[in-house]
Amino acid sequence: MHLVTEGVAASVEQFQGQTLSWGVSSGVIELALHRTPCNELGSLSLTELEQFVSALEQLAKTAHALIIHSELKSGFCAGADLRELYQRSQEMESSAALRGVRDFLERIHRALNQIDASPLTTIAAVHGVTFGGGLELALVCDLIIADKTARFAFPELRLGLIPGFGGIPRLKRDIGNAVVRDLLLTGRSFNATKAQQVGLVSQVVAEGEALRAARVTAAQIGKFDRPTSVAAKQFIKPVPHDELRREIDIFCELFSRPAVQAGLKKFVESTAPQPYLP
Amino acid sequence: MLMQTAEKTLDEILTLAAAHFKVPREKLSPDDDFFKALGIDSLQTLDLLTKLENHFHVELPDYELQGVTDFRTLASKIQARL
Repeated sequence: MHLVTEGVAASVEQFQGQTLSWGVSSGVIELALHRTPCNELGSLSLTELEQFVSALEQLAKTAHALIIHSELKSGFCAGADLRELYQRSQEMESSAALRGVRDFLERIHRALNQIDASPLTTIAAVHGVTFGGGLELALVCDLIIADKTARFAFPELRLGLIPGFGGIPRLKRDIGNAVVRDLLLTGRSFNATKAQQVGLVSQVVAEGEALRAARVTAAQIGKFDRPTSVAAKQFIKPVPHDELRREIDIFCELFSRPAVQAGLKKFVESTAPQPYLP
Repeated sequence: MLMQTAEKTLDEILTLAAAHFKVPREKLSPDDDFFKALGIDSLQTLDLLTKLENHFHVELPDYELQGVTDFRTLASKIQARL
């Protein structure tokens, strides 16, 4: 089976895109992110992520695990592509911009929900910046393995927004609400050790070792009876559909305010050393 | 266990920063603007924050360091959490 793509080598088992790639080895799918500077999630990333999700059902018939990781030194993922979001919203009327935002959110929610509910055991192997949409991508996975350089944050409030890719419902599902409030309402970032203390991260490893540790973990996961692992996952990891729908609505309500355009403009033009803080 | 002195904290920051960002230690002074002295961008600033937290075993909320630009003030922020 082959995917319909333009200018890239593609099959279900292997794909080399402009923002991400995947391959399968020993029953483990590896999805590698590689869009500079730090895997910002924009329209092309989403299109390629959707291609991956289309292939996932077929891949899951023979694989047992999925690892998502970044090939870039800068980090796992810095979140949504705010420059693209700002540029596009400047090019169109506010109602059209809002429709575009809602469409983007609906599409990325569909893709992330499918990874979240996949019968595969999923692992995010993270390092460096894991902010906003990057943290939300990691949160769809069953396990997060972080190296010591990893930092986690939800900096969306500085833009007058909330996380839009499922962050709050999924973080609430996994850890205490007090930690969610700390991350969200202060905009601070956590290092890997703190993230493990609060239950967000399952393993902390030395710098550069997250992918290796994820591969070892994936090999171990492959020793278990698959139907049992699938049943266990379905039981302990429900997708919070109602809250995810509500999140899209709240995000869109907030996005239509002028303060958001001002926040985006400030971010895009910022040369501050901590542009993720207000 | 002996309490870490402010001078020792400052010295360790300078040594750590010099080694990590490959800048000669003797070129760094306590009152230097570390963004300029180390030539670091926003991603590297986060990297420095992580290195400092791991080295001193402290939590440094990002907003406490907002506006801090010199090694001496940075050391005082860390010292307050040791």
